[in-house]
Amino acid sequence: MVGASATAALAAVPSAAGAAPVSIDKPVLTKVSLTVNGQRRDLELDTRTSLLDAAREHLHLTGSKKGCDHGQCGACTMIVEGRRINSCLTLAVMHQGAEITTIEGIGQPENLHPMQAAFIKHDGYQCGYCTPGQICSGVAVLAEIKAGIPSHVTADLNATLQVTEAEIRERMSGNICRCGAYSNIVEAMTEVAGRPV
Amino acid sequence: MKFDTPAGQNPIDRLKVVGQPTDRIDGKYKTTGTAPYAYERHDVTPSQAYGYVLGAGIAKGGIRGMDTSIARTAPGVLAIVTTLETPRMERGTMNTAYLFGGDQVQHYHQAIAVVVAETFEQARAASFLITVDYTPETGKFDLAAEAKSAKPVKGDSGEGSGGNGEERVGDFEGAFAKAQVTFDEIYATADESHAMMEPHATVAAWEGDKVTLWTSNQMITWAHESMAKILGIPKANVRIDSPYVGGGFGGKLFVRADAVLAALGAKAAGRPVKVALTRPLIANNTTHRPATIQRVRIGATKDGTITAIAHESTSGNLPDGDPETAVSQTKLLYAGANRLTAMKLALLDLPEGNAMRAPGEAPGLMVLEVAMDEMAEKLGIDPVEFRVRNDTQVDPHAPDRRFSHRDLVGCLKLGADRFGWAKRNAKPGSLRDGQWLVGVGVASAFRNNMVMKSGARVRLDEQGTVTVETDMTDIGTGTYTIIAQTAAEMMGVPLDKVVVRLGDSDFPASAGSGGQWGANSSTSGVYAACVKLREAVAQRLGINSADAVFEDGQVRSGNRGVPLGEAAQGGLTVEDTIEFGELSKTYQQSTFGAHFVEVGVDVHTAEIRVRRMLAVCAAGRILNPKSARSQVIGGMTMGVGAALMEELAVDTKRGFFANHDLAGYEVPVHADIPHQDVIFLDEVDPISSPMKAKGVGELGICGVSAAVANAVYNATGIRVREYPLTLDKFLDRMPDAA
Repeated sequence: MVGASATAALAAVPSAAGAAPVSIDKPVLTKVSLTVNGQRRDLELDTRTSLLDAAREHLHLTGSKKGCDHGQCGACTMIVEGRRINSCLTLAVMHQGAEITTIEGIGQPENLHPMQAAFIKHDGYQCGYCTPGQICSGVAVLAEIKAGIPSHVTADLNATLQVTEAEIRERMSGNICRCGAYSNIVEAMTEVAGRPV
Repeated sequence: MKFDTPAGQNPIDRLKVVGQPTDRIDGKYKTTGTAPYAYERHDVTPSQAYGYVLGAGIAKGGIRGMDTSIARTAPGVLAIVTTLETPRMERGTMNTAYLFGGDQVQHYHQAIAVVVAETFEQARAASFLITVDYTPETGKFDLAAEAKSAKPVKGDSGEGSGGNGEERVGDFEGAFAKAQVTFDEIYATADESHAMMEPHATVAAWEGDKVTLWTSNQMITWAHESMAKILGIPKANVRIDSPYVGGGFGGKLFVRADAVLAALGAKAAGRPVKVALTRPLIANNTTHRPATIQRVRIGATKDGTITAIAHESTSGNLPDGDPETAVSQTKLLYAGANRLTAMKLALLDLPEGNAMRAPGEAPGLMVLEVAMDEMAEKLGIDPVEFRVRNDTQVDPHAPDRRFSHRDLVGCLKLGADRFGWAKRNAKPGSLRDGQWLVGVGVASAFRNNMVMKSGARVRLDEQGTVTVETDMTDIGTGTYTIIAQTAAEMMGVPLDKVVVRLGDSDFPASAGSGGQWGANSSTSGVYAACVKLREAVAQRLGINSADAVFEDGQVRSGNRGVPLGEAAQGGLTVEDTIEFGELSKTYQQSTFGAHFVEVGVDVHTAEIRVRRMLAVCAAGRILNPKSARSQVIGGMTMGVGAALMEELAVDTKRGFFANHDLAGYEVPVHADIPHQDVIFLDEVDPISSPMKAKGVGELGICGVSAAVANAVYNATGIRVREYPLTLDKFLDRMPDAA
């Protein structure tokens, strides 16, 4: 039966999720230094700690959200070494010395980044839970287009990339908004990109 | 304040603040990640430990034993609470399935243990060391198979739709048999998951015999009552706090296992504990929108006048569960002298079916409005015209009862004009744009307007700042902003002189967020409290309150003007509750709309792309056109999901939803959604409330899925009657690509 294994040997106790056997050894702690929003942060972490949980639970930077913990929703998006990543899908100890920008580093309530201001103006959010991830992705997407990095919908690899609605929608599709603010988010990003909305 | 006569002229009608497309006042917190959601409340209580929930690995049966001995010795573990050590706990006031306790499993992933440890990683690892000895039983998991044995049942969505097992007007069968043109088809809609972005989460802390739960919940009053009942302690010993809710859509109307297990875990560990349901638990541990099988029959004269209409629906649920009230809107949407609506319920051992955004209307209109499209085609009448021709201004089941205000026809006509409906090609499958077959579809939107008792406390200070406190929630709906707009309008102060505090059970009980009643009801409660505050201010200043004008931070009477704050020496606090009288019964109060959708269907792959969307809504006064529009496009987006991709896949052998995460359960993403247009008809409904507003939060999802499906039909000529319209259901019938 699923998960039913009262007689299973200790060495091979199956996890509830059917993953590999787990150990009950003491957690392995490792020192790691990260540069988060320009500040050096020294941590001693369980090696199983995701970059997301290092921020949320250890640094109390709770702006990055945990929507799925499986890299499926994008709410945890951070910018690491200039690239946006799903911070729930990577362990903190893999980022020794890395430059990390979270939503708290993008802008603050009294010092908004243009992308944050545009999200407010265009109502590019509702419940707000996916919003930090959308904004981190949005900032990174405009930088990717500027850097000439093509996407699945880029028709001409030799032409200068434009911030079209199709490019935005394609590149932002890893950030789910269940409230359904997509139409407004595209308008916010288009405005920040300097194109007529 | 009792609201029992239609609203006359009142200070809201000034519309200096209310009715303006104001940016959300909580926007700067949400966009900077500083709005605190439940699992993030590091500030509220120290040394929080982590709880990790274990869900049952069978769908039905018993638990003979649980071995936690190894898990208890795992590093960092502080406590383990198992279902076997806990007598089955009372259910919350609205729960169907039990949340915890006892040796019986009612559904897959029902919570059976919580492990509390120093860290999340330790709690998770230790949970894997628990072994469970199940005694599985055979269950019923297949709606199609069980539908044959389903019994007629009355039901109420709790959100404005419902009815008896069977309701009749006239002689449906006789009129249908005699009708010149008839239509009779069967449809199916899928089980769907709310899939809100914030998982259910709670921090619990005990102080003696009192517990505080910082949680994510739409209905604080219900949560308060339910947690007291479940924990078996007085309500006075429970406090709920939920200032930010990361989406609910009905999934957070009722307390869930996170709240119960955080409380039990905290008690056992002797420390505050926080618990979030992991994403893979949510689909099966919590509630979902139940699948339906629906039959629609329509009889009409050749000129398109409906003479007979029947809508029947069968859904499944656990014992004590309710049916999906998918037929309810059919009682009110179109005229017709002979009518039948009926609901049946099959007993299933799947997780609890319950309210999800527009319960009843969302799946009901998905079907009814496709049937209307099919019937229009059969009659050779334009589908907009067919709907207009069958409009009714009275409740067809009680013709003396008029709608308080109904402009469905206005929505359809304006929408048709703006969308360019006249250019529609009535012959399906005949418009080609490159690789795309292009089609357009229309559907009516309909949802009842519920009004609910709602309280608020307002406080004026010497600086002229107005603070509003109510246990109302903002689940993305814009509550903070529209409540601030209401208080600002009533007291004649700018928006930045209003502070809004929500979601705390220590505040006056409100309507809460559900059934699209929240905005209209909660702002009416704030209106009532502000009326009282205006009277108190006038009294203190020795002004007749009827003469007092509250404007620009001043109270004016004749030539006299006094800064508002001067009335607040030593503080001035009042509280009131709006209560609604018989008007909601004397009149049928509903909201209306029309959806227009254009799709492209790839001639080679049958991939469906939504190209254009327009909704026209008639929902009384719109309190904030910006946030209201967002509610509507959000509903439209979720409706695209229901039409094209959303389906909890039932494993009918093992009895669970197999695609229980956000990779397997597909919801619309950016690439799926085009620019969306929304038009609000300029109207007020003084019979609804002193705000003259109505609900709008769920209108957007009502009917839109049918408009998508009708557009796919118009594009391809292929009618799919089983949602979602995934291409496997019609790829083999696609017209020749050449």
